[in-house]
Amino acid sequence: MDQRKIGGYVKYPLFLISIICIIIGMAREEHLTVLKKAVNICLECIGVG
Amino acid sequence: MRKSEKKRTLIQILAAVVCNGYAAGFLQGKIYQGDQKFLCVPGLNCYSCPGALGACPIGALQAVLGDRRYKFSYYIFGILLFFSVVLGRLVCGFLCPFGLIQDLLHKIPVPKWELPQKIDRPLRWLKYVIFAVMVVILPLTLTNAFGIAPPYFCEWICPVGTLEGGIPLVAQSESLRQMIGGLFYWKMCLLGLVVLGSMVIYRPFCKYLCPLGAFYGLFQRVGFFQMEVDRAKCDGCGLCEKICPMQVDVRKNINGAECIRCGRCKDVCHTSAISSGFRFGPGQERKTEPES
Repeated sequence: MDQRKIGGYVKYPLFLISIICIIIGMAREEHLTVLKKAVNICLECIGVG
Repeated sequence: MRKSEKKRTLIQILAAVVCNGYAAGFLQGKIYQGDQKFLCVPGLNCYSCPGALGACPIGALQAVLGDRRYKFSYYIFGILLFFSVVLGRLVCGFLCPFGLIQDLLHKIPVPKWELPQKIDRPLRWLKYVIFAVMVVILPLTLTNAFGIAPPYFCEWICPVGTLEGGIPLVAQSESLRQMIGGLFYWKMCLLGLVVLGSMVIYRPFCKYLCPLGAFYGLFQRVGFFQMEVDRAKCDGCGLCEKICPMQVDVRKNINGAECIRCGRCKDVCHTSAISSGFRFGPGQERKTEPES
């Protein structure tokens, strides 16, 4: 199998890694940190903080 | 306007409306506070925009990295990698609300510029520096006494927060108006520069400043969505490169990090040598065939 063909399949392990990372992140409750930030007005983001 | 360009604009408008569908927020000067707001939208869309239904991936990354409990965000890295591998910078071309705003600003009939290559090329690296420094390194290292860091990119650079969140919220809230200071004027100046810049240069924020586009470009060459130039059909006229608003070297580097998949090169190709679509393996070349 040539290098180009192998390169064509790299997307599958990357896709799998992305899903695993999302699951690990949710298990670590990172999404709750995101939620806490997202449901309150971020004063720094809007430029008054 | 070509039919495919109209279709792209329609998709962009739809994506912007879906990402910012909380109409009551605009009317009441409040933001959406639903439980599903931990989900990130694919484009750069401030979560403090009154209409925002999801979180901005760049803001969310800084929020997690700036929290003393975490030194790495699996959740946001996973989301960024997911969008990168599945869509790449197709997000920039079709789904990012701020991309749409810049596209519309560029339609204003004023003289158009392209920066000379010797300025343009080095400036393209700036977005990677911004991603590394403002989005990752500073939130991890420059923390307060409680180990918490502010979202440095959002605070000092991002014009999206000012446009989508700052202006509508400040306009409706007396208490927020009283908090306005130097930072707000700095961000308004930056927003003004980006708005004026977008009228004369095609998508200056995407080209030079956007950390999200920088990340999405990294995996574009190996992602599911690919573009291809059929060498047998290409007659080397170079029209594709002349029309490319992102100044991509289409014939040599069509899947490079700078292509936002707008499809103008494909539209203009009179030999139909350019194709695009989702590829599921090297043997299964393309789903979308070039239009004849």
